[in-house]
Amino acid sequence: MPIATSSQTIGPYWHLLHDKAWSDLTRFGATGDIIHITGTITDGGGNLITDACVEIWQASPPVSETFEGFGRAATNAEGRYTFKTLRPTPLPGPNGPAGNSQQAPHIALTILARGLTKALTTRIYFHGDPGHETDPVLSLIEPQTRRATLIARETKPSVWTLDIQLQGANETVFLEI
Amino acid sequence: MSAPNLTPFRPEIAGTQPDYAANIYGSTALRAPRHAPVRIAQSITETTGPQFRQDRYPGNPDISKVPTGEAQGQRIVVEGHVRDEDGKPVPHTMIELWQANSCGRYHHEGDQHDAPLDQHFQGSGRVFTNAEGKYRYTTIKPGAYPWRNHHNAWRPNHIHYSLFGPGFATRLITQMYFEGDPLLKYDPIYNCIPDEAARTRLVASFELGLTEPEWALGYRFDIILRGRSATPFENDQTPAHAHAHAHDHGNH
Ligand SMILES: [Fe+3]
Repeated sequence: MPIATSSQTIGPYWHLLHDKAWSDLTRFGATGDIIHITGTITDGGGNLITDACVEIWQASPPVSETFEGFGRAATNAEGRYTFKTLRPTPLPGPNGPAGNSQQAPHIALTILARGLTKALTTRIYFHGDPGHETDPVLSLIEPQTRRATLIARETKPSVWTLDIQLQGANETVFLEI
Repeated sequence: MSAPNLTPFRPEIAGTQPDYAANIYGSTALRAPRHAPVRIAQSITETTGPQFRQDRYPGNPDISKVPTGEAQGQRIVVEGHVRDEDGKPVPHTMIELWQANSCGRYHHEGDQHDAPLDQHFQGSGRVFTNAEGKYRYTTIKPGAYPWRNHHNAWRPNHIHYSLFGPGFATRLITQMYFEGDPLLKYDPIYNCIPDEAARTRLVASFELGLTEPEWALGYRFDIILRGRSATPFENDQTPAHAHAHAHDHGNH
């Protein structure tokens, strides 16, 4: 049986692909509950990461003619990523619609960068959502205090902030999918 | 539209993917997480993923020239088959490509290597696989370039690849290398993949049959994306397991 091709780092020159428009997931005319998501990415030495490729994907609201559910952003000179998108809604859990698990609203986020041999994947949840207690992914994270590394806070109206640390004392929880 | 396929993708096979922490690759030192990732059961968020329409993301399958002229260097065509771990073709999927010019310099402000830029080479392309999962593009062979990982470090000739496949879990960023490159054995990025056979699969083979007489050399580079597995993951998907897993690998 064939085996999946190995990952290699995206390196420092991936910007040859970069199109600023891709950070706006509403660019094909999507309307609804528009939010901005932003945050900084830092390494284990506290340095801002200014060369990362950050991608988000959300399965809700469902993909449509005007909403592709995917965005890509480059971290800027201050190590910050920013997306404009639609706020997601609750989703069925891994057991599918027939199962009994429901997931709290979330967005999948991937970090690709020089020094990362493969993608780092995590999720963005939204502070204050009542579904966090029973969310099947948040519930897996121990100790519980680390769950906060996945939960964005509304720092200005409709602007949600999630800072990410690749390594160190407050290291973000990354997911193996 | 038909209902989305929610069957999870298979886990990676040990040794065939690099670890995050790799002593030989210096930039991983402050960027590789210390905690092992928490393994989760895949849901619709992971089993589905972005799909790119060719009318919105037009292909650019010949990057060996721009409207004002032809790039310097050895023209090549690269052809390959994108399949999954069951051998099934992955049709109509987007592949993004980027590379240095024939002298080993990227058209990128961050690249300060003392090698000439080429006004006729931008260095990025986009192709889609066809209904049979096959792709093909034309470019020039990229040059080797120095980097500062260690004394006298040079990257082998390579083309960067980005693929999406059918789900968020099939996202793949990789690099294609060239058969016979003497720099491969010294390259930390290539060698941070533990399994030798897996490394070798990143090396494109020269193929006379793909070579176009009087025009371009031909290389083949096939890609395999994760396959779906009917075997559910549920048996070991408990917080206790996730915790033990993280603990076992906590000192990476
Ligand atoms: Fe490169």
